[in-house]
Amino acid sequence: MSGSGGIAGIAVAGVYEHPRRSAPDKTAYQIAAESARGALEDAGLRLSDVDGYATSGVGPIGVLSMCHHLNLRPDWIDSTAIGGSSFVAQVLNAAAAIRAGLCTTVLVTYGSTAASDRFAVGTGGGSAGDPPDSFDVPYGPTIVGAYGMVAQRHMHEYGTTSAQLAEVAVTMRRHAGLNPDAKYREPITADDVLASRVISSPLHLLDCCVISDGGGALVITAEERARDLAKPVVRVLGGGMAVRHPGIGVRDITDIAARQSGKKAFERSGVRHEDVDLCMIYDSFTITVVETLENLGFCELGEGGPFVQGGRIGLGGALPVNLDGGGLSSNHPGMRGIFLVIEATRQLRGECGARQVENAEIALCHGTGGFLGIRHSGATLLLGRA
Amino acid sequence: MSTPAFPRPLPRVEGDAAPFWKAVAAHRIELPRCTACGTLIFYPRTFCTRCHSREVRWEEISGAGRVYTFSVVHRATHPWFMDKTPYVYAIVELEAGVRLPTMLVGCATEDVSVGMPVEPVFERASDDVVLLHFRPRSA
Repeated sequence: MSGSGGIAGIAVAGVYEHPRRSAPDKTAYQIAAESARGALEDAGLRLSDVDGYATSGVGPIGVLSMCHHLNLRPDWIDSTAIGGSSFVAQVLNAAAAIRAGLCTTVLVTYGSTAASDRFAVGTGGGSAGDPPDSFDVPYGPTIVGAYGMVAQRHMHEYGTTSAQLAEVAVTMRRHAGLNPDAKYREPITADDVLASRVISSPLHLLDCCVISDGGGALVITAEERARDLAKPVVRVLGGGMAVRHPGIGVRDITDIAARQSGKKAFERSGVRHEDVDLCMIYDSFTITVVETLENLGFCELGEGGPFVQGGRIGLGGALPVNLDGGGLSSNHPGMRGIFLVIEATRQLRGECGARQVENAEIALCHGTGGFLGIRHSGATLLLGRA
Repeated sequence: MSTPAFPRPLPRVEGDAAPFWKAVAAHRIELPRCTACGTLIFYPRTFCTRCHSREVRWEEISGAGRVYTFSVVHRATHPWFMDKTPYVYAIVELEAGVRLPTMLVGCATEDVSVGMPVEPVFERASDDVVLLHFRPRSA
């Protein structure tokens, strides 16, 4: 598989995940800068090699401040802001930009001190100012509440149970136990999840991602160039991005953006579902994983509950998901998309030690941004070992 | 008169949406319908979001509906809602076909279920704004 015409020949050449989960002594800019250095070192490149730059989560023109902070004067910049999926989308944007000749080497960075700032990643509301929000915010939405509504409807339509959702959290925690950097590593049981307090029904505390500090960085360049660099080449095989919202007011909250972006990613890459060795799925909440697997086409709509049971999504199972422990147990500084690409790349290089998926050749990353159930983005990326 | 520490988040009665909020203030639900393709449009815009026609006409619709989905919120962080928990954030499907976000009131949180018949409650939230809440429909 070589990827589709538009983005063929592009590689992830360097990755770095900041090891800290609590960094009260650092700023978000510092975490991003340390991550930039880590990813460039990983690739065997220098800051002066970078001529394209992408970041997100830094405010409307924060990308300029980040360029200033890193002393970058790139020929191409991207500050796509579609929530936690932004960095997955930016890999696609970077691939297209490199193919178009706009730049050769793109650095993508992320840094956040969400936990130290006591930023309410999951329970924040919004402002009632924008037109769609003015019909929502007066009624008390929260992020957990929006995902809770999705879970409630999923349970109603398909008979999905809290115990099935809990299986996702239990699996992520098991993987986190194999990741020395993960925030929570002690094993949990489905009963622990069900006994944890309800944050917004039917979602319990342990159905929700953690809030951490953290950050990471990626280096994207032409595959031809990546061959001469430090690490095994990981190719961008294809991808897609999409948005879902209620449109004219008839929202179907079981139809999510992954349906559209995933379809494009599979079509553009020529990859088949059975070729995928592992998935990195944005696990803001347990229900997010269930609905994403369904909408990506790994199972039928409504089959996600049974699908995640029986060890299928665990290391050693048929479709291992989130080997790093995910947002549910490893880290979630607000926008997790970049970590999906980092772990997938490391898995395809075979660098993951105890949590390594044996002989991993193809990985799927899917980021979700915004509020599932209100409006959200999805970005899918298929990566392959060269 | 004391100023509340945290103002309640309220819609702005302006632009495309103004007729909606003015109708709700008069205890009616009105939405624009496209005269070209017949689509009922929620939330209100002054063009059809399906066929892009500019010919839309406001009409009154019934407030009868059912709970499409809901979540009992036990932890809010918008300051105004913090002492209102647990409350029921929901989407109600009106018989007219649209699904709108709302707050469900007038029943115990444990009695709420998907599919439950509901009717509107017009909740005065400020001098200018009435919000559209729902409660279980009386038989």
